[in-house]
Parts: sequence; structure tokens; C-alpha cells
Amino acid sequence: MRKNLRVRMPRQRPEERIRNFAEVALGYSAEGAREEASRCLICSPAPCKEGCPVGIDIPGFTLHIKEGRFDSALNLLWEKNNLPAICGRVCPQETQCEVQCILGKKGEPLAIGKLERFVADWGKSQNIKLKTPRPRPAKRGGQNSKLKNVKVAVVGSGPAGLTAAADLAKSGYRVTIFESLHFPGGVLRYGIPGFRLPKGVLDFEIEGIKRLGVEIQTNMLIGKVFTLKDLFEQGYKAVFIGTGAGLPRFLNIPGENLNGIYSANEFLTRVNLMKAHRFPEYDTPVRKGRRMAVIGGGNVAFDAARVAQRLEAEEVTITYRRSEQEMPARQEEIEHAKEEGVGIKLLTLPIRFLGDERGWVRGMECTRMRLGEPDESGRRRPLPIEGSQFMMEVDTVVVAIGQGPNPLLPSYTPSLKTTPKGHILVDKDGATSIPGVFAGGDIIPGEPTVIDAMGHGKRAAQAINKYLRRR
Amino acid sequence: MNKIVAKKRVAPEITLFQIEAPLIAKKALPGQFVILRIDEQGERIPLTIYEADGTQDRITIIFQEVGKTTKKLSTLKVGDSLPDLLGPLGKPTSIEKYGEVLTIGGGIGIIPLVPIARALKEAGNRITTILGARTKELIILEKEMKDLSQEIYITTDDGSYGEKGLVTDILERLIAQKKRMDQVLAIGPLIMMKKVCEITKKEKIPTTVSLNTIMVDGTGMCGSCRVRVGEENRFVCVHGPEFPGELVDFDELLVREKRFTKEERIALERYEEELKGENAQAEARGED
Ligand SMILES: Cc1cc2nc3c(=O)[nH]c(=O)nc-3n(C[C@H](O)[C@H](O)[C@H](O)COP(=O)(O)OP(=O)(O)OC[C@H]3O[C@@H](n4cnc5c(N)ncnc54)[C@H](O)[C@@H]3O)c2cc1C
Ligand SMILES: Cc1cc2nc3c(=O)[nH]c(=O)nc-3n(C[C@H](O)[C@H](O)[C@H](O)COP(=O)(O)OP(=O)(O)OC[C@H]3O[C@@H](n4cnc5c(N)ncnc54)[C@H](O)[C@@H]3O)c2cc1C
Ligand code: SF4
Ligand code: SF4
Ligand code: FES
Repeated sequence: MRKNLRVRMPRQRPEERIRNFAEVALGYSAEGAREEASRCLICSPAPCKEGCPVGIDIPGFTLHIKEGRFDSALNLLWEKNNLPAICGRVCPQETQCEVQCILGKKGEPLAIGKLERFVADWGKSQNIKLKTPRPRPAKRGGQNSKLKNVKVAVVGSGPAGLTAAADLAKSGYRVTIFESLHFPGGVLRYGIPGFRLPKGVLDFEIEGIKRLGVEIQTNMLIGKVFTLKDLFEQGYKAVFIGTGAGLPRFLNIPGENLNGIYSANEFLTRVNLMKAHRFPEYDTPVRKGRRMAVIGGGNVAFDAARVAQRLEAEEVTITYRRSEQEMPARQEEIEHAKEEGVGIKLLTLPIRFLGDERGWVRGMECTRMRLGEPDESGRRRPLPIEGSQFMMEVDTVVVAIGQGPNPLLPSYTPSLKTTPKGHILVDKDGATSIPGVFAGGDIIPGEPTVIDAMGHGKRAAQAINKYLRRR
Repeated sequence: MNKIVAKKRVAPEITLFQIEAPLIAKKALPGQFVILRIDEQGERIPLTIYEADGTQDRITIIFQEVGKTTKKLSTLKVGDSLPDLLGPLGKPTSIEKYGEVLTIGGGIGIIPLVPIARALKEAGNRITTILGARTKELIILEKEMKDLSQEIYITTDDGSYGEKGLVTDILERLIAQKKRMDQVLAIGPLIMMKKVCEITKKEKIPTTVSLNTIMVDGTGMCGSCRVRVGEENRFVCVHGPEFPGELVDFDELLVREKRFTKEERIALERYEEELKGENAQAEARGED
């Protein structure tokens, strides 16, 4: 009889972990991983594969794990995915690969993400490095040797850019990534906190991509320091744009610019990128609140709330205008946050902020909501309940209600077609309105997830390869 | 790595650096700025590009020591390098032919004023200038502004140089004298820009101000630099730094500027302690 339940992964205890930024989930042991992998039915065809945007051979790698060939498992992962340790941690597996798993019909689906993480971490602990690609045997006419000198530019070093760059390098191109911040990684660096994705893991996987021959230039804001046209003039034959999300959204309610009110991006960037939690050892400050409200229901809101817990806020409350069912955050993160003592006020919408005489936020007036008919997103529309206003005492607020696509590059590239919301328009291959320019990740319409961004990066790398071979 | 190739004291606590930055030097236009970071623990701070020399691959910045980062920056020497330098950021000034332009610079606001005034003059505008500062030494770049201006007025709070008083005193006088002003450009402390705009709004003289809010990324991602302009929330790093003065909510900015005063003081005091420690050690070693 196969077991219906997953092998559990050990975690840091909540009382302990809210005092540090170390990772919450501690990872499988080798035995645990083999036991979990042995639950896999090695289906053929395997429905789980349908759910993976980068096309990992899931039964293939679980079989290797089950039989203890971790190095083979790792090589199989690397064939499709250059960021397995990251995906294993932050992919929304439960709605991607795992939701398709046959085992889910009778019990818990296979813990595909956790197994992926195990293999990647094992590789890191053994210091096994992603091999530099062997130049493929040159076709007649030396196609590939010519390709070696073809330069491709990638704008942005988030998961979309990193994936496109890695795949292009593997096909033999000379790839340069241009990143505007001082460290690469995009949201993986400045957004997702270390207790979910340790920065050492990110560094290791980025090193791996550099080893493929990818060059990363930081402090380079494309659109300003180089335009797309400049890049072509410098000899880049194709460009991939993975500039991600930009301008954070605000609620547009009175008092929103009071002191103590941050966008989630600001709050998280101060901590994750600039290490403000270690102020004054690090120079960048962040005001630590006593009573903090985080507005929103996605991963971003939960990350901000859990960071606040670790900054020793006394009370952290997430307010969300719909019910828990509609929350877009990953179930695992919601659970972790609850264990850590984050309060959740559902069906609650802030309508204005009140400040003290010095301009600091002191209160948040909210209205209670009820759920009406489903809206265009298919979720039930939240409607205010008349006369249900109430006050919350707060001294710090983080607004985590999403962000628009990063407008900078499109605004300096008039011929780049965008949607009314400002996303870059692409065809099914990721090609934009400018020949030779491709895009993917949060800058194009679609689900804002790490794995979708990577899927786009992969798709565009293939399209770029085709485009350049045709020329 | 961007190497510092020249360093000069402009005034007490105000330093000029020329920095090797070929790519930025080629692209920078008046009104734009850079963001830099001096070390691994450092904050990202914005500074105006005072001059960009594309042929020499250099940019010039001038900065006043107001807190830890700028103090520490001022200790760097020719030959040292900045690990991180990002730019050019912000929208360049829109340079038009207005006719008579009044430029008003207060304190370090004179730094961005110079390149903008130069471009305005080159575009055929006639420039009148009012410079103001607390005291004589802080009237910087006077010669540069004089060379660009038909007329120049100077005020100091303490009367140690020029007229005793505020830039707005002169502005009011010029208005009373019915001096023609097609456009006003005011850059300086928030309170100065606020007062200037109060006056020019009444007179319906279009006025541009340049805002220096607290920034982090400088690329429109975080919203730290946000400010209410008219009905909208605008991000100074990408929508600015220049805005129509009559629409800017200065009162909100005056409050937002104080978001981190407590932390800024802690950082500065800690840095000064550190310096003292280093000096004491140097003394103990018999160095001077
Ligand atoms: C706090 C937070 C938590 C999240 N948690 C999860 C999660 O658990 N699971 C999940 O799947 N997704 C999560 N997401 C969403 C996910 O991170 C994004 O969908 C994904 O990172 C998008 O990848 P990207 O490559 O398109 O862009 P980004 O990761 O946004 O990277 C874009 C990069 O481009 C750079 N850039 C922008 N403009 C320019 C320019 N003009 N020139 C040069 N460089 C430029 C930026 O600095 C940035 O580094 C989270 C997002 C946030 C903010
Ligand atoms: C677009 C722009 C252009 C600027 N150009 C110049 C210039 O050419 N020369 C110059 O001397 N200064 C300029 N500044 C101001 C300069 O950035 C600040 O003086 C500097 O960041 C202070 O850092 P600090 O650590 O030394 O001081 P802190 O101790 O951090 O702060 C001291 C004071 O500076 C303000 N400040 C703090 N951090 C920032 C920040 N990140 N951005 C803006 N202000 C801040 C605070 O409100 C406080 O009043 C500019 C600012 C902006 C936004
Ligand atoms: S990359 Fe993500 S979707 Fe693909 S198998 Fe791994 S966890 Fe599943
Ligand atoms: S569907 Fe589930 S059981 Fe089948 S191969 Fe995929 S992971 Fe294994
Ligand atoms: S500094 Fe972050 S958005 Fe302007």
C-alpha cells in the first residue's frame, strides 16, 4: 500500500524563527527525500509535467531520487531549469505541477517542489556545479562556431531574464544581462525575504548561470544609459526584456502619504536588499512599528507581515477585502504566517488613514465587506457593508495591493507596443512589436509568478534562437 | 568601478568630485541625477549630475555633508572608487525658449541650478538670478551663475554677504518693480520653494521646482519618493525631479522629509564616534 500522506519537512519552530531571518522550512534529509520520492507512480504519460512551465521531467528525477542517484536527478533538473533550488522553494507548486499529480486524487500529491529543492540543495552541499556547456558539434558550415560570437542582451536579472540568459548561453550565444540595481536577482533579491529564499541559495544559482558564460552588468538602467537602439548599434543581435513589475499601486485614499506608510516594495527592499533590519550596522533605516497593518492578500502581503514580525513588531495584522478562500497567497505561507502570530482581518477595507500632529500614521479607518456576485476575475466581488466602519490603531502600514508593469523602458521606447495597462505586448513566442526584441515575466500580461516568468524566459530563448538562425 | 579623478572643496562641508563614468557622461542631460553607494553597508543616495563631460568620460557631482553618507563620501580621495553608480536618472529638464527666466537657488539647490540655467541660456533665454544661503561661505557657484545671468541678486540670512534677508524678499521686490518673468525656476530647501510658489502662484507666473525626496531604488519601483502633485501621487525619481510648483503639496513633503530623522541622527553619531576612535588610534600610533 502506498502512503497517502507526504513525508513532512522539518521546520524551525515559530517561537524561534520570528527572531531570525533564517529559513523556515529546513529541507528533507536524504532518507526523507527517498521515502517521499518512492510515493511517485512514475506515470506515463505524466500529468504533473503538464503543470510545469519549464517542462521538467518529473517522474524522471523522482525515480533517480528514489534510487539514490541524486547527481543524475540534479543533471536532469538542470537540463530544463537553471534555478531548481529557487523553484523548489517559491514555485506555487500546489497550483502548478502538484495539482495535476495523480496521487492527489486519493491523498496528498507528491511533494515535487520539496524534492526539487532537496536535489538542488544536495548539489550545493556537495559543491556540484552546473557544467559549462560543451560547444555542440558544429553543423556543416560551422553554424555554431559563428553563433558563439553572436551577442544577445537581456534586460533585467529576475527569474525571466536569468532563465532566458542561461538558455541562450547554453545554445552558444554571448549573453550580457543588464540590471539596474546593484545586485542581480530581481524580486528574488529585493522582494522575497531570506526566510523563504536564503540569499546564499540565490547567489549560488546565479553563480551557476555566470559559469555558463553569462555576463551580468549591474547599475545599468536600460532606457537611460543605453536605449534599445544603442544595444543594437553595439552589435547585440537580439534583446530579451524581463524588467518585471514597477510602480507600486496605492489605495488612493486620504492620508496615504503619512509617515509610517510604505509600499510593500519599499518596506521589503529596505530590508532584503539594503539590510535595514541590521541598521545601524547597515546605513539604510526602516522604521520598526509596534502595531502594524499590512493591506493585501498575496504573497507580497504575507512576506511583508512576516518581515515585520521579525523586526519585533508587537502586533501585525493583515487586512484583506475578500475572504481567505480568495487570498492569492500560497497556502503554505498563510499557514506559516498564522503560526508566527500574524493576525488576519478578512473582509476589511481601509478607507482612510489618520495621522498625529507630526504627520505620523496613528489610525486606519476600515469598513467591513461582504461578498457579492463573482467579478471578472471569477472571485466574488467584495462590497462594503453600510455603517460598518471601525478604527484600527496602527503606527506602521504596508500597502501590498500589487503593482503595475515597470514603465521605464517602454516609456523610452515609443515603438514598443504595450497594452492599455502598460504591459509589453507579445505574440505566442514572446516576440514584441520590434523585430529582434522579445519579452517575458511580469512585464507582459499574465500570472505574476516566478515559474511563469521562467517559462517566458525559456520560450523567448527558443524564439530568439530561431530568429537568429533564420537571419 | 567608478574612479574619483578630481576632488575640490567648494565651501566648508561642500565637496566636488569628478568621477570616471563614461556611459553616464555620454547620456546625462541637465536636471538628471545619479544614485551612488559607497560601500557594502552603504545607503543609496541621489546626487545631481552637475556637469557631464562626454569627451572626457567624466561626471561632476557636488555635495554637502548633511549626514553619515555624505560625510563619509567626503573622506574619499582621488584614486578611490565608488562600487555603485547608477544613472542618469530622472527626466531631463525640458529646455524651452520662454524669454525672461528667473532662476532662484537656495543653498545646495544652486548645484542643479547651474547646468539647467546654462541650457536655458543656450536656448536663448535671458536669465536673472537670485541666490540665497544661510551665510557667506554657503553661497556657492556664484561666479558660474553670474556668468550666465544678466542680473544677479544675493541674499544671506545673517547679512554676511549680499543683502540680509531671504530670496523671496528679492522676488517680491522684482515683482513690485513689474519685472517681466515668463518662467521661474526655483531649487532649494523645501520651505524656500514653498514660499516662492506661494508668491508666483498669486502672480500666475509658471514656476518649476526640483524636489529631493528620500529615495531607494531611483527607478520607480518602491514609492519612497512619492509626492502629491495636483490630484496625483507622483514618483520623483521617474516622473521628476522637476514639477510645476503650484501643484506640489509642500506641506506633505515637509513632513515626509522627516521620516527618518531619528535614524539619521543615530547613524551620524555612531559614525562620528567611529571617526573619533580611529583618530585616537592614529594618535596612539604617533601619526598625525
Ligand atoms: C514580495 C514578493 C513575493 C513573491 N513571492 C512569490 C512566490 O512565492 N512565488 C512566486 O511564484 N512568485 C512570487 N512573487 C512574484 C514573482 O517574484 C515575480 O512574478 C517574478 O519575480 C517576476 O520575474 P521577472 O523576471 O519578470 O521580474 P523581476 O523579478 O521583477 O526582475 C526584474 C528586474 O529587472 C530590473 N530592471 C527593471 N527595469 C530595468 C531596466 N530598465 N534596465 C535594467 N534593469 C531593469 C529590476 O531591477 C529587476 O531586478 C513575489 C513577488 C514579490 C514582490
Ligand atoms: C534628485 C536629487 C538630487 C540631489 N542632488 C544633490 C546634490 O547635488 N548635492 C547635494 O548635496 N545633495 C543632493 N541631494 C540630497 C542628497 O541626496 C542628501 O543630502 C543625501 O542623501 C543625504 O544623505 P546622508 O546620509 O548624508 O544624510 P542623512 O543623514 O541620510 O540625511 C540628512 C538629510 O538629508 C535628507 N535625505 C536623507 N536621505 C535622503 C535620500 N536618500 N534622498 C534625498 N534626501 C535624503 C534627509 O531628509 C535629511 O534632511 C539630492 C537629492 C535628490 C533626491
Ligand atoms: S519548476 Fe515549479 S512547476 Fe516545475 S516541477 Fe518544479 S516546482 Fe513544479
Ligand atoms: S503525476 Fe504524481 S505520481 Fe505521477 S509521475 Fe507525476 S508526480 Fe509521480
Ligand atoms: S526612489 Fe523608489 S520609486 Fe522613486
